[in-house]
Amino acid sequence: MISTMECSVDAQSLISISLMKIHNSRTQRGGIKLHKNLLVSYVLRNARQVYIKEKYAEIYRMQQYEEVMTVCNEIQELNPLDLDAEDADEEEQSRAACCGEEGSVCGAALQRGAAQPAALCRTGSAVSGGCCPLEDGAKDPEPSYYRSCCMEAPPAAPCDPFSAGSGAHCNKTTVLDLDTHVVTTVENGYLHQDCCCGQGAQSAAKKRKVEFGCCVSDVDEVPDFTRKRAKREDCAFSDYTDTSNISNLISIFGSGFSGLLSRQADLEQICSKQALASLGAWTRAIVAF
Amino acid sequence: MEEESDTRKINNSFLRDHNYATEADIISTVEFNSSGELLATGDKGGRVVVFQREQESKSQPQRRGEYNVYSTFQSHEPEFDYLKSLEIEEKINKIKWLPQQNAAYFLLSTNDKTVKLWKISERDKRPEGYNLKDEDGRIRDPSTITSLRVPVLQPMDLMVEATARRVFSNAHTYHINSISVNSDLQTFISTDDLRVNLWNLEITDRSFNIVDIKPANMEELTEVITSAEFHPQQCHTFAYSSSKGSIRLCDMRQAALCDKHCKYFEEPEDPSTRSFFSEIISSISDVKFSHNGRYLMTRDYLTVKVWDLQMENKPLETYQVHDYLRGKLCSLYENDCIFDKFECVWNGSDSVIMTGSYNNFFRMFDRNTKRDVTLEASRENSKPRAILKPRKVCVGGKRRKDEISVDSLDFSKKILHTTWHPHENIIAVAATNNLYIFQDKVN
Repeated sequence: MISTMECSVDAQSLISISLMKIHNSRTQRGGIKLHKNLLVSYVLRNARQVYIKEKYAEIYRMQQYEEVMTVCNEIQELNPLDLDAEDADEEEQSRAACCGEEGSVCGAALQRGAAQPAALCRTGSAVSGGCCPLEDGAKDPEPSYYRSCCMEAPPAAPCDPFSAGSGAHCNKTTVLDLDTHVVTTVENGYLHQDCCCGQGAQSAAKKRKVEFGCCVSDVDEVPDFTRKRAKREDCAFSDYTDTSNISNLISIFGSGFSGLLSRQADLEQICSKQALASLGAWTRAIVAF
Repeated sequence: MEEESDTRKINNSFLRDHNYATEADIISTVEFNSSGELLATGDKGGRVVVFQREQESKSQPQRRGEYNVYSTFQSHEPEFDYLKSLEIEEKINKIKWLPQQNAAYFLLSTNDKTVKLWKISERDKRPEGYNLKDEDGRIRDPSTITSLRVPVLQPMDLMVEATARRVFSNAHTYHINSISVNSDLQTFISTDDLRVNLWNLEITDRSFNIVDIKPANMEELTEVITSAEFHPQQCHTFAYSSSKGSIRLCDMRQAALCDKHCKYFEEPEDPSTRSFFSEIISSISDVKFSHNGRYLMTRDYLTVKVWDLQMENKPLETYQVHDYLRGKLCSLYENDCIFDKFECVWNGSDSVIMTGSYNNFFRMFDRNTKRDVTLEASRENSKPRAILKPRKVCVGGKRRKDEISVDSLDFSKKILHTTWHPHENIIAVAATNNLYIFQDKVN
């Protein structure tokens, strides 16, 4: 549990400060200092964890509110819950449609996870900062996961055509635990453990691939990217010299290390701080030589 | 109680005479030699300045063994790595003396990439009476030479010259953070973020890699090496510290590659003190063996710890250097001060340890009496021969007259580098571009 009491700066500011430090280190005399950047990446990771936790708490609170409203509405309409298999599929569709950037990033993540579970752990940072090397069970009890549900407040227009029966937008949440590769669905406050990520994640990812947002540009390149990372030993950042726009950097880091290689596409779509808030995929921002 | 001798500003250029600190003058390392007769400093501009202690003279007893400039030379120059488009800083990261074996003095100095062995020797005679050239050095016309003579050595003004005898280069991909001479006086190690290399002092074209913590995939990197040192007596033992707050003791007899440690020193983290910056403040910035070889001292951002080599699970002693900074870690992170690498040093008898802090304060801890003192190195607060007054930082509540509050501390004035004379109570403290030498009061 990270104590934030002593810190007058919130997690989000720490994240921007850390990214700025990493960015500035590239132009420092004497080259990139591996030690300093490693330490900054730890701060980044810690701030990310706190930020995600706070976001999750917020979403959960919103979800609780929606569920309560749903129940109230249904009581009013004298219409008991009649979720069946067809509706469940439509639920998935609606969630896929309205998830926007959030889902797309998760989708990419899930696809990567499904395709290369071993590579996922090895590369670690590609999908989640929570992969084995940095995570210490004793120190960090929270598993890393992806939320595949709207982060925005309802009502989102795209949702409406799809949310036929339920009267609510998102009352199911699918969570992929990257440490155990278990997909879990939170439904109306109840937890259901789905199958391990393999089939489930893949099908979910396929749905989400359609809704690709601005941040992850080229999912197909993922297998190549892993190999490229291994080769880029001595200058991870050496070709990133164009911009001083910190939000670009945030968007690049937010989309994982693939963002570093596919930065050309990213730079064209400038993400603001709001994009930062809506990103669900965080990585360890280690400067790799 | 300590008294201050003459402070020495390293000032011998036009810019520095104008009394503002240029970055090149910032002292980056200080080191006494093994007899304490010489004191070397290295700076960011790649220069080494060596001070020599005056012989004590009966005619001037008050000038008891003061240090004067003995030699100055440019050790490293800025370089450019064209392959990686990187500039290599000339800043001297560490200086280590070799024990004296003849009339000349030898030291190792290193920047981020290259270690050099320098020979400092005196010349107080020169040959005169050459046959083929005259006293000005002009070649004589051979037809004018009618007789031969044997050149003789004539006394001259003392000249101290420094020559680079060996250059140990191209062995480090990452930034060298420390060097350490082995007690066998034949080998030394140079350490960068991920590797430790063993060299023979005579051989410059190859070195042996004895520790390599680089992961197969750099994205799995979780710690780096921050410092390494040979055991003072056992030539096969060395220790290295990591950014995760652990120290590993290695025995070179075990295997050629010392990736597997013999001993692993780490104190478990207290979960109640966990913060955003836990990893940063637990990173060890310096590790030093005690002179007797039984203890290890480590410095992290807020504490100094003394470890018994026989006890791996926790330190023997922990000293709080400036715990009042714990509540200020956020701002120290923003202004980069949290990355400052403080060094620590033992006194000759291993009874007192010393380390630096901010506001030009430095702290001494007596391990036996458990007393500690905070002193300040500044020209304003001390005149030559004055006794240093202990300082105190006011943490909260009412500030007393002589105390300084945490918010008034000057974080740009930091004492990162200190050294202690091997036998006497003389210390050298580097405060940005100034060198202060303090010694015990003479009765």
